[in-house]
Amino acid sequence: MEGTDLFFYLFSALVILSGLMVVSARNPVHAVMFLIFAFINAAGIFLLLGAEFLAMTLVIVYVGAVAVLFLFVVMMLDIDFAEMRAGYMKYFPIGALIGFAVLAELIALFGAWKTKSGLNVVKAPMDPELAALTNTEALGRVLFTEYVFYFEAVGIILLTAMIGAIILTHRKNDRARRQNIADQVARTPEMSIEIRKVETGKGI
Amino acid sequence: MLEVGLPHYLSVAAILFTLGIFGIFLNRKNVIVILMSIELMLLAVNINLVAFSAFQNNLTGQIFALFVLTVAAAEAAIGLAIVVVYYRNKGSIAVDDIHAMKG
Repeated sequence: MEGTDLFFYLFSALVILSGLMVVSARNPVHAVMFLIFAFINAAGIFLLLGAEFLAMTLVIVYVGAVAVLFLFVVMMLDIDFAEMRAGYMKYFPIGALIGFAVLAELIALFGAWKTKSGLNVVKAPMDPELAALTNTEALGRVLFTEYVFYFEAVGIILLTAMIGAIILTHRKNDRARRQNIADQVARTPEMSIEIRKVETGKGI
Repeated sequence: MLEVGLPHYLSVAAILFTLGIFGIFLNRKNVIVILMSIELMLLAVNINLVAFSAFQNNLTGQIFALFVLTVAAAEAAIGLAIVVVYYRNKGSIAVDDIHAMKG
């Protein structure tokens, strides 16, 4: 067994354990922390697979943005989470039943699954032009040529999400003092200054 | 058995996906934990895509994993915005209370 195999077992055990803690943690803040831990270990698995760019993106996008967003929402809303856990055990049997059914189906699928060339032994030859590059550079070559329209569509999806989130949560604040350009332009010298004649030696 | 190959990666992804489904059923009342379970399921899908990509030496899988990543981020942002607005209007986010659109 090689060292990388050892790391695979370490990362996958941790990702599964922390995934289990996400769904079963009593405190949602702890659930978010375990979610972050699961993402970091998944990034480790990606590194073992040679997908360095995706591993770093996972850390930056998920841990840096999505998980922190979850943390904000959990802490911002004043919710009685204990009340929400009432009837928790009531759903346990049906959840476990369906979970095991799906897992059994997936395992049966993998068990019966055979590839012509034995996919896990023989690797398909990579495009020699891409094989010489680093993962990030090769990904960029493919992304910005063959998949450039998908890339732009994803950009539009992100823009839509941003606009939607802002429109949903934005509130007009009456206490905030805002600039009124029409008022500013309509001001005349008479409204703001007053000229007084000051007599010598008397003051105002 | 111990030699790590493609089936090992697929098994990890399958277990993680199952955990996500299990989490949705287990936390039926808490919409935030349901969203977190969906994130776990999307992560499992990403592991599958990257594993196939690495073992077939074809970068398309990683490109699509990147797209799944961005769509998941957009989904989390919109979902949490809806949760915040709903809490502001109703003072609760219990799934059982969300039935205003029931026909």
